[in-house]
Amino acid sequence: MESISKSIPKRDHFPKISGSAKYVDDLSFEGMLHGKIVRSTVACADIKEILIPDLPEGYFVIDKNDIPGINSVHIVDDDTPVFSDGTVNYVGEPILMVAGKDLKVVNRLMKLIKVVYDEKEPVLDMMKSETIFYQYGYTKGDWETAFREADKIIEEDFQTGYQEHTYMEVQGMIGFYENGKSIVRGSMQCPYYVHTAVKRAMGLESDKVQVIQEEMGGAFGGKEDYPSILGCQVAVAAYKTGKPVKVVFDRSEDIICSPKRHPAKMHYRAAIKNGKITGIDADIVYNCGAYTTLSPVVLQRGLICATGVYNFKNLRVRGKGVKTNTVPNGAFRGFGGPQTFFAIEMFMDHLAKEIGMDSLSLKESMVVKQGDDSATSGKYHFHIPFPEMIEKLDQMSDFRKKREAFRNQTGRYRSGIGLSLVYHGCGFTGSGERDLIKGVVKIVKNTDDTVELLTAGTDMGQGLKTAFAKIASDTLEIPLERIIVQNPDTDRVPNSGPTAASRSLMVVGKLLQRAAEKLKRDWKPGEYQEFVEKYVHPDFMIPWDLSKFQGDPYPDYSWSANAVEVKVDTLTATTEIVGAWGVYDVGTPIDMAIIKGQMQGGFLQAIGYGSMELLDVNDKGVIRNNSFSDYIIPTSMDVPHLETEVVENTYDNGPFGGKGAGELPAVGGAPAYVEAMENALGVNLHHTPFSQEDTMKVLEAFKK
Amino acid sequence: MNGQIHFTLNGEKVTSDRHANERLLDVLREDFKLTGVKCGCKEGECGACSVLLNGVLANSCMVAMGSIEGSEVVTIEGYSKTKRFQALSDAYAQTSAVQCGFCIPGMVLACEALLAKNPNPTDAEIRKGISGNLCRCTGYNAIVEAVKIAAREGKGLW
Ligand code: FES
Ligand code: FES
Repeated sequence: MESISKSIPKRDHFPKISGSAKYVDDLSFEGMLHGKIVRSTVACADIKEILIPDLPEGYFVIDKNDIPGINSVHIVDDDTPVFSDGTVNYVGEPILMVAGKDLKVVNRLMKLIKVVYDEKEPVLDMMKSETIFYQYGYTKGDWETAFREADKIIEEDFQTGYQEHTYMEVQGMIGFYENGKSIVRGSMQCPYYVHTAVKRAMGLESDKVQVIQEEMGGAFGGKEDYPSILGCQVAVAAYKTGKPVKVVFDRSEDIICSPKRHPAKMHYRAAIKNGKITGIDADIVYNCGAYTTLSPVVLQRGLICATGVYNFKNLRVRGKGVKTNTVPNGAFRGFGGPQTFFAIEMFMDHLAKEIGMDSLSLKESMVVKQGDDSATSGKYHFHIPFPEMIEKLDQMSDFRKKREAFRNQTGRYRSGIGLSLVYHGCGFTGSGERDLIKGVVKIVKNTDDTVELLTAGTDMGQGLKTAFAKIASDTLEIPLERIIVQNPDTDRVPNSGPTAASRSLMVVGKLLQRAAEKLKRDWKPGEYQEFVEKYVHPDFMIPWDLSKFQGDPYPDYSWSANAVEVKVDTLTATTEIVGAWGVYDVGTPIDMAIIKGQMQGGFLQAIGYGSMELLDVNDKGVIRNNSFSDYIIPTSMDVPHLETEVVENTYDNGPFGGKGAGELPAVGGAPAYVEAMENALGVNLHHTPFSQEDTMKVLEAFKK
Repeated sequence: MNGQIHFTLNGEKVTSDRHANERLLDVLREDFKLTGVKCGCKEGECGACSVLLNGVLANSCMVAMGSIEGSEVVTIEGYSKTKRFQALSDAYAQTSAVQCGFCIPGMVLACEALLAKNPNPTDAEIRKGISGNLCRCTGYNAIVEAVKIAAREGKGLW
């Protein structure tokens, strides 16, 4: 183990464990009002009229007419309104805010407000949508010939469902308006996203908007784009009322209106010749919901991952993101990857059966190696440690032996084991780092020789503050106690980019390391010094061309191999998860315990996605299970034996050899779980989550 | 039905004039400013609002003020002054079990309730003991490990 990997207590350990850390809902300010948002109860309508009761003194209604700038939240595109502009496009769409001192009075007023709708037929089924927000496609080799000359063509459909983040801390923000300046503070991954959005909605210059991140109770992507929407709303409310306005959601409100993982439908075809897969053709649809938010980038990543970790010579991949009258979907750990990885991993398992091979042997025979072309005609520039990882996984899980033993079972209890091989591309997709983000960091040495790291990076629990401090301390060779890392405030920190895309450590961490090296060379005891470091695009990358969907979308990839073992009771259709094993390559871990925590937590989320996390949207577009009693996430009892290991595969362009980690474990859990289920049940399966009801259906079908 | 409700909070005698059907959670957070007690759902499903009520783990969002007359309530703010807390905190630090931290005050109290009953719990007993407390970040392993470390190194405390 590298010396930097040795774990230290996390920087935010004590304030959080002792309860003294302040999250947004724990903050209160002089004169602060509480806001609640009136939301659409229908999926598609024009608003005919809004009936508002007489408001008591000190109570306000804030709507689109109060927006001093533009009624649009800048995300990637600008179609998301701050408050409804007269139409509503999903159940939960914000129409107006009620704000006042006493939340009970606000809640009472909310009930008295009547919105009269002129309802339209909503589009809820993504396959029936006629509005395509985005579409991309690419080919490699000669896919047409491969299919023309195939001995056999195999076609299958795959489907993945929603996943709700269920960070334990719901969304919340507080807006202020003081002396012509908008200040927004709260729970957010990307302060500069919020900054850009608030500027536009408020019609203010950059220096008149300040965004401050508070302690964050989890995010997983769910606080990447949404805080821009809520940030604009509280900024406008503070502007209108002249008072600080706090909005913190209820859990049910959060589930109804915050983004989710995009549901996907994926049609795959494979050309088989002489017992080999000679071509893949994938046609992919992601359900974006009512507005575009982060969908173009999510879809791009999904398409890049569409053929998994395998070296197919000939392929065609096409995909579109379509509009439906449902809650806009956004970023969720894995960001478009888990959907297509589910499809390709299941497909490979089924193709192996067709070809007459065991699934792992087929996968091993086709897995990509250093130097291979990637699906998008880029290159895998660095070592890909799958052979070592698969060996390690086999040792941990006894996969090969069990897979063999679990064939042709009879009797009440049936065991199954499944395996998935996946990656997560590190950093922003395509040329985003170079063209859009252009990250900047600043390092300041104070006269007392403490060193402050100024970045827009946020700690949502993933340990960013600790990791950044370690990088600086090890580079400067000064004690950790002399490194200062605070929650970002856009008045103080440069824009190092969003805390997303598994980019913080690899990209921002590297910039910090370079700045620290400069400071070290030029260290002047007792003097104030500052160093600014800007993003430099790696020169080995094959330039990304979005119009052709070709090139290197990422400089490097993090890799993982996952196995899950289940035991199914065929009488009750209940499934016990006997074991879950994951092996990860995240470069050099900057802190071993933090990496383990990330891998274990992400893996469990991914198993939840595969097995139990089922969002129920009815035929009116209403999410019916908007509570923890109905939207079930894993507890400590669900996967008692979950083991993770890392293999060390230094990435030379990352700080101390580190690369992206946070999202990787969210990718491979679902296919490993569902493969285990098909191994146990002896059928091919095609969707996730695969619930107890689904098991029951398969068992019923056997009986017939 | 307003009147005074008397109870002991983190070792001190206190009173509240909140209505008997108000939630203990809201009273703790709003009136006593004990914001270490977190709210994750307000419907008894997540455990973020856990407190010790007469030594027993309780979701404070499901406790009506009217039911706590004469009771003893301990929140993370009170518990964090104890040696037992220190042992648990050290163990959590060793395994980096605190990620976003939002579930953690409640989780620590769940661990206390467990260890107070069973000073040497097995893995399965630990998992059962914390099963009412949801954590979306850690996957629970680091927390289970921390409880074992605390039980071992905090010998005699429980
Ligand atoms: S807030 Fe009380 S159980 Fe969730
Ligand atoms: S540490 Fe984030 S929910 Fe448990």
